[in-house]
Amino acid sequence: MIVAVASGKGGTGKTTVTASLAVTWSRPVLAVDLDVEEPNLHLFLKPEITSTEVVPLEVPVVDESKCTYCRKCSELCQFKAISVMGQVIMTFPEMCHGCGGCMAICPEGAIGVGTRELGVMEQGMSRETIPCLTGRLRVGEAMSPPLMRFVRGRMRAQAAQTGSDVIIDAPPGVSCPAMSAVADSDVIILVTEPTPFGFHDFKLAWEAFSPFEKPMTVIINRAGLGDDRVYGFCAEHNLPILAEIPYRREIAEHYSKGLILAELAEDLSERFAKVGQEVRRLASEVSHA
Amino acid sequence: MREVVVISGKGGTGKTSLTAAFAHLAENKVVCDLDVDAPDLHLLLDPTVTRTEEFISGHEAVIDPEKCTGCGICASMCRYDAIDAVDGVYRVDPLRCEGCKVCVAFCPVEAIDFPARHCGQWYMSETRFGPMVHAQLFPGQENSGLLVSRLKKEARAFAEAKGLDLILCDGAPGIGCPVIASLSQTDLAVVVTEPTPSGVHDLERVASLCGHFRTKVAVVVNKYDLNPDQTHRIEALCREKGYTLAALLPHDTIVTEAMVRRLAVTELENTDFGRLTREAWATITALLNA
Repeated sequence: MIVAVASGKGGTGKTTVTASLAVTWSRPVLAVDLDVEEPNLHLFLKPEITSTEVVPLEVPVVDESKCTYCRKCSELCQFKAISVMGQVIMTFPEMCHGCGGCMAICPEGAIGVGTRELGVMEQGMSRETIPCLTGRLRVGEAMSPPLMRFVRGRMRAQAAQTGSDVIIDAPPGVSCPAMSAVADSDVIILVTEPTPFGFHDFKLAWEAFSPFEKPMTVIINRAGLGDDRVYGFCAEHNLPILAEIPYRREIAEHYSKGLILAELAEDLSERFAKVGQEVRRLASEVSHA
Repeated sequence: MREVVVISGKGGTGKTSLTAAFAHLAENKVVCDLDVDAPDLHLLLDPTVTRTEEFISGHEAVIDPEKCTGCGICASMCRYDAIDAVDGVYRVDPLRCEGCKVCVAFCPVEAIDFPARHCGQWYMSETRFGPMVHAQLFPGQENSGLLVSRLKKEARAFAEAKGLDLILCDGAPGIGCPVIASLSQTDLAVVVTEPTPSGVHDLERVASLCGHFRTKVAVVVNKYDLNPDQTHRIEALCREKGYTLAALLPHDTIVTEAMVRRLAVTELENTDFGRLTREAWATITALLNA
């Protein structure tokens, strides 16, 4: 069972919810940070890192002694990553999307495989019981989706091997990184706050994720702040509100110390354990439908 | 002409609320919302759209089932796992298709079309604070970086034509494609952070990204009173790296109150938060003209 914690708007509490679910989950669970641009889950779960792997993208390297400057590669490349001008061929590895087209189409076999570092994948163990996977984009690297693909592949393999559940901390937004983070999930939790920005981006996320036809649920953070339109929207679209986290300065201060919300008070810990049960129930309903 | 972009690394630190206040305070400028994925600035600026343009960028592969012979070459060559066969019929998942054209080039029976991709819309608008350029990327679309570059280009052309002095941009969270695009030709990045482990961690990454592009950095610490230790860490980081600490703003619900009333926080009269925000803008203006 895979649950993705997503939001649309950033800073609504995705990582808070992910960490709280991970420490109260009643089955074996793998915690995965797919917000590879700004991964934060490790700041709360504090895993002991057991391995760090560099994740490469395959980019072209031209053997000029074989190149006939036929231009087949540059005509195919959609990303301006390889260019032929007269008797000069140049590659721009930072533009490359790693499709492998140039290597496959070259009639002379003149294009070999080089690499560009996308970032790293860290594996670790939190509290001796919660395995963690984190993707971390290299600063200066523009493309997060291929790094996310790598982490997702490892995530599926580990979950299949160990039979554990998975909780994904997704990136904000609704463009390709956010969509690819929720694509593997059985259930989506949308974390929002009852403010005009929170509500606006929540609607964008709901609209973006609806075509997946996965059960979507809601956690409202900073309840009591702002306005109440999100409640009407959830009622109208049958989106179950699994929990509300009250707007309290004490909670913000607790978070600012790198502590996990579920561990602030007994009732919060019980609340998140119940959210976990509810999510697993929804997932099993789907798999038996 | 100067270009300022407000970014944060971490989402939800107050970029848009602060940009709206700066839009209220700055003169002779065009405002630009570069968070094309989940834009919010229009909620406070209430723009009247004067021009709408379609954003067409890149292509996507579409298999014609009538021509497809089911050989599977396309699926075997796709590096994005975007092509799957259901009952022997191959289909491209548009969400996964990167638009690389490899399947189109290698299909032995030319069964794959490659139409242009309609990724979103962009707008020129008028607001109570002056002209605004903004956009909406369609859900799940790529090419947000190209749309950001497009908006910056339009804002620049507009500013030059009208003799404006400043392009004030609200940026996206993160450090990826749209943020990198937003830093191009930018004179100053205002990084809004908060005194939390995530805020500090993400500030370090996004400010180091600015370093890659030799963009000057000014830091605003929002909710600075939430955790004095973390605020000291940010102050030390600014000293060490040479970032200007432009402002310390308190944890104050007035920001949300202004948002609910669809106002910039500086439009509310006689508030401490508004006064500090004005001071922050004065510091940023001085830095821009230095």
